[in-house]
Amino acid sequence: MDFINSIVLLLNYIFVPALSYGSQLALGAIFVSLIYGILRFAYFTAGDLMSFGTMFTILFTWYFQSLGINLGVLPTALLAIPFGVIITILYVLAKDKLVFSYYRTKKSPPVMLAMVSIGTMFVTQAIVRIVIGPFDRRFFDGEKFILKANEFKEMTGLNEGLTIKSTQVITLLVTIIVVSILFWFLNKTKTGKSMRAYSDNEDLALLSGIDPKKVVMITWVIAAILATIGGTLYGLDKSFKPFTYFNNMLPIFAAAIVGGIGNPFGAFLGGYVIAFSEILITYAYKKFFIYILPESLEPDGLLQLLSTDYKFAVSFSILVIVLLFRPSGIFKGKII
Amino acid sequence: MAFFEGVKMTGGYDDGPDIISSCSVNVNQGEIVSIIGPNGAGKSTAMKAMLGLLNLKSGKVIIDGKDISHLNPQDRVKQGISFVPQTKNVFAGLSVEENLEMGAFLRDENLQEIINEIYELFPILKEKKSQIVGELSGGQRQQVALGRALMIKPSVLMLDEPTAGVSPIVMDELFDHILKVKKTNVAILMVEQNAKQALSISDRGYVLVTGENKYSGTGKELLNDPRVRSSFLGG
Ligand SMILES: Nc1ncnc2c1ncn2[C@@H]1O[C@H](COP(=O)(O)OP(=O)(O)OP(=O)(O)O)[C@@H](O)[C@H]1O
Ligand SMILES: [Mg+2]
Repeated sequence: MDFINSIVLLLNYIFVPALSYGSQLALGAIFVSLIYGILRFAYFTAGDLMSFGTMFTILFTWYFQSLGINLGVLPTALLAIPFGVIITILYVLAKDKLVFSYYRTKKSPPVMLAMVSIGTMFVTQAIVRIVIGPFDRRFFDGEKFILKANEFKEMTGLNEGLTIKSTQVITLLVTIIVVSILFWFLNKTKTGKSMRAYSDNEDLALLSGIDPKKVVMITWVIAAILATIGGTLYGLDKSFKPFTYFNNMLPIFAAAIVGGIGNPFGAFLGGYVIAFSEILITYAYKKFFIYILPESLEPDGLLQLLSTDYKFAVSFSILVIVLLFRPSGIFKGKII
Repeated sequence: MAFFEGVKMTGGYDDGPDIISSCSVNVNQGEIVSIIGPNGAGKSTAMKAMLGLLNLKSGKVIIDGKDISHLNPQDRVKQGISFVPQTKNVFAGLSVEENLEMGAFLRDENLQEIINEIYELFPILKEKKSQIVGELSGGQRQQVALGRALMIKPSVLMLDEPTAGVSPIVMDELFDHILKVKKTNVAILMVEQNAKQALSISDRGYVLVTGENKYSGTGKELLNDPRVRSSFLGG
């Protein structure tokens, strides 16, 4: 019994949260990786683009709510996502035309483009703060839980409860759908293959008649879609606060680099590697050991490797370790 | 007038010095023409100039009587000019079949037929069609590069050192393939380090030295020319 309790404990506090957090990071990491592979620079606006897309999704959510439109047990935000996506697409395309295309045609080095993306990061941050403000917002509505802790306890007669929030399941389902469509697109369609070809060997792609303008445009469109969806899922699951999104850039970049930057599938897996590491390392295992160890060996401390305040240190350490020992990532990618 | 022609081309990279000066090269359909010469002579540069990867200061490029000097490389590809560069001539991260598909990116019709033709020409590629090209041997990779270039059914095929880094047996095989392509009435222009073998399958050849035409003639003439033999064919 104690053994099952300890397993449920880990499921509840580590596995389920890490799976949904990992999915949210993965969506971000995939588009960072894609931009790196195709446009060849580190896109530092990533976190704030996610907050930009989420913000518009929230505005549409509020608008729908004011009209009395909702999705019943599901959050209204799901209905608002496509509208948030459209605005974010227009935003990134405008930004590309006004800012990035200039440096691209000048063939500026990647470092310069990365710097430019820090500039657009500040602009994006400012827009978000002017429109919606810096505060913490919750925009979740609908049924909050799929499984409540005490329901689970009653059902199973265990001491430990298992909570499954609807946002966690939604995150997982939406991620599976979006990622499957994306990889189908990249691996099976002519346009998707041409994007991989362009990322692989730009000169030869041009010699084969692949249109770089189209490739670049589609990359931005995918980035906007993934940023808005990933950001909204994160906001639904936790809450929307622009500063948190900016902070999330570190685990997102860590995921992209662990996955071998330029390799979107690696980035997808990288999201989970980072999420699980962060949560596994900052979880306090005291209760777990109380369950599995005999009473005489009961631990005194919290048995927490690192306090949750330091969770970013985990991403950062992984980033440094990977860059030192395996700069091409755990999965194959370009060497940066 | 020849089918595909670079006339008195002069130019270099960006603002740098002229790499080729007054260099002329031409090739007809159903003909193999080789450019040989020492390293750094500007052979690759001459080819790039004909494809439009280089801005010429003077001279022009003509295909089938049409002046295409003002066209960018993509538009020249649309004119039926295919190029296999000396380095990075495949999509290393894509499968063999995907490489071929990308070669025909500009074609809309059913590719499978053309792909099957390429498989007939290079049976090994059919065997390895799902394999990532980066994991193939050097000789197989050269076949992929050639296959990719043939996918648009080009009227002109430019090959920059198609046999670089392959064993003598594979080299003979590749030359056999190139001869087969020639029979389909393609104009083939190639740069080769294996000068003797290249000239022996070529209809004509040019010797390029420091960006200028030094000698030219039929393959046989160049092979038998004592000056060419002593300086460029290793005696
Ligand atoms: N992208 C480039 N930018 C600037 N200079 C270049 C570039 N590519 C080649 N060059 C210069 O042009 C000259 C001729 O180079 P090219 O590649 O045409 O020689 P090549 O005859 O093909 O030699 P090899 O047999 O070694 O391939 C060299 O001096 C080289 O340094
Ligand atoms: Mg060369």
